[in-house]
Amino acid sequence: MIFQDIIFYIFAAILIASALGVITARNPVYSALLLVLAFVTCAGIWLLLEAEFLAITLVLVYVGAVMVLFLFVVMMLDINLDQLREGFWKWFPFGALIALVMVAEIAMVLMGNHFGLEQMPAPEPQAADYSNTKELGRVLYTEYVYAFELAAVLLLVAMVAAIALTLREREDKKSPNPSHQVSVKKEDRLRIVEMPSEKKE
Amino acid sequence: MEYIQQLFDQFFGTEWGAMLFSLATNMTFIFAIVVPLLLGVAYLTFAERKIIAYMQIRVGPNRVTFFGIPWLRGWGQPIADAVKAIMKEIVIPTNANKFLFILAPVLTIMPALAAWAVVPFSPEVVLADINAGLLYILAMTSMGIYGVIIAGWASNSKYAFLGAMRSAAQVVSYELAMGFALVCVLMMSQSLNLGDIVNGQQGGSMLNWYLIPLFPMFLVYLISGVAETNRAPFDVAEGESEIVAGFHVDYSGMAFTVFFLAEYANIILVATLTSLLFLGGWLPPLDVAPLNMIPGFLWLLFKIAFVLFFFLWFRATFPRYRYDQIMRLGWKIFIPITLIWIVVIGLIMQLPETAKEIFPLNLWF
Repeated sequence: MIFQDIIFYIFAAILIASALGVITARNPVYSALLLVLAFVTCAGIWLLLEAEFLAITLVLVYVGAVMVLFLFVVMMLDINLDQLREGFWKWFPFGALIALVMVAEIAMVLMGNHFGLEQMPAPEPQAADYSNTKELGRVLYTEYVYAFELAAVLLLVAMVAAIALTLREREDKKSPNPSHQVSVKKEDRLRIVEMPSEKKE
Repeated sequence: MEYIQQLFDQFFGTEWGAMLFSLATNMTFIFAIVVPLLLGVAYLTFAERKIIAYMQIRVGPNRVTFFGIPWLRGWGQPIADAVKAIMKEIVIPTNANKFLFILAPVLTIMPALAAWAVVPFSPEVVLADINAGLLYILAMTSMGIYGVIIAGWASNSKYAFLGAMRSAAQVVSYELAMGFALVCVLMMSQSLNLGDIVNGQQGGSMLNWYLIPLFPMFLVYLISGVAETNRAPFDVAEGESEIVAGFHVDYSGMAFTVFFLAEYANIILVATLTSLLFLGGWLPPLDVAPLNMIPGFLWLLFKIAFVLFFFLWFRATFPRYRYDQIMRLGWKIFIPITLIWIVVIGLIMQLPETAKEIFPLNLWF
């Protein structure tokens, strides 16, 4: 399909350009916004692969929630770029190593024919009424239920740990207690006093 | 329809003709959704001003009319407002980030309109009949927040920035409760397709609507919808008594109007979704002779108008929530309620058939 190819190349070009922008933009807010663009175009490419559940969930979770909070933090922080760049050469070998591993992985995918790709034929295209969501849910909750629950527990542990590490109970804080405030009755706050009216002289 | 398709085939050849024909039909459909939607937005503002006026024993807009017809007094007001907004200058503050300042209203209106693509208006009439319709709508509405955040940041003003921060935190919090409420709906309908969800509520009377088994979820969804659209009593993002007008304080003319349009388009979207998911969409309340002769589309419109009235009523009735209480309502009340209700619905679905028949649960499950 020539039309799908054109759309794929458009999305891929935007994705690569925005991903490059994420690491080259001087303003961290621009970086975060370009990362959002990268997520959205990536979702577009996943839609081309007929993975509509994953594509929409990518937009819903990463664009709709994670990046909003990320942007929130980036806008609030006063980021000093010089300080950020200080450790560049110290971490460069490590970053280069990760980049090399990723390049090798991508190369293995692209040169799949040399690594026995023909043993795994391309999946059959599905009919129009095929529900990606239903199939994914069925597999996730039957065959891979232990892995799924392990991942859930891992996330829960990370969440609890993040809260436990950052929670500081201050001694001098005067936070209001809304449930106490909401349940206040008129009698607790207000005293009605009878005052006889005075006669005019 | 087939005649037009043949015309396309003759003019452009079979290959290009089919492609251009589907493009043309889709564009027509998009216009048929967007134009009435924008008109609906215009007249929703008019309805809001009129209804709140009558609730406060005033008259509301009663001057502008069409062609001097006396009984249409006031009905020209939204059109006059729109013309005024188009004529006004768009002032860009000196220290604002110009590109993002202009991009922000666009990013707000885009998801507000795009979400309508999967909304069915009657059993057959829907632009994109996709399986994951409900997920798509959730994804689109969650993208609307970027316009607000970017507007607040690009304005380079403290008031705008505070409004944007408040709005971001509020929308992210209520999205969770909203999502969990929708999980209950799709557990019952066993489909993410909005048309299938409405068809799942079929069965002769309004007893079959999801409103009854999911009544707490209906309340959670409606209130979260009010919070998501930054409407009173959750409009701290605008909070004119503290932060002037919140995130759009520096916007003027059409740029401001686009924010306004997006807000009202989102309100209509939430009302439409509430009607589709909980109030049976295009189904009549009783499947008997005079009621089921009214076309389903009119029933849907009537239900949307009914829910919209609540939005206006809330605004006229409630004082603005304090910010920490908004957060408390979202995180400590709504999310636990929705989580409990998901478990309850799941347990009921696992009951044996005989138990479901003893209690009249087989109306819904």
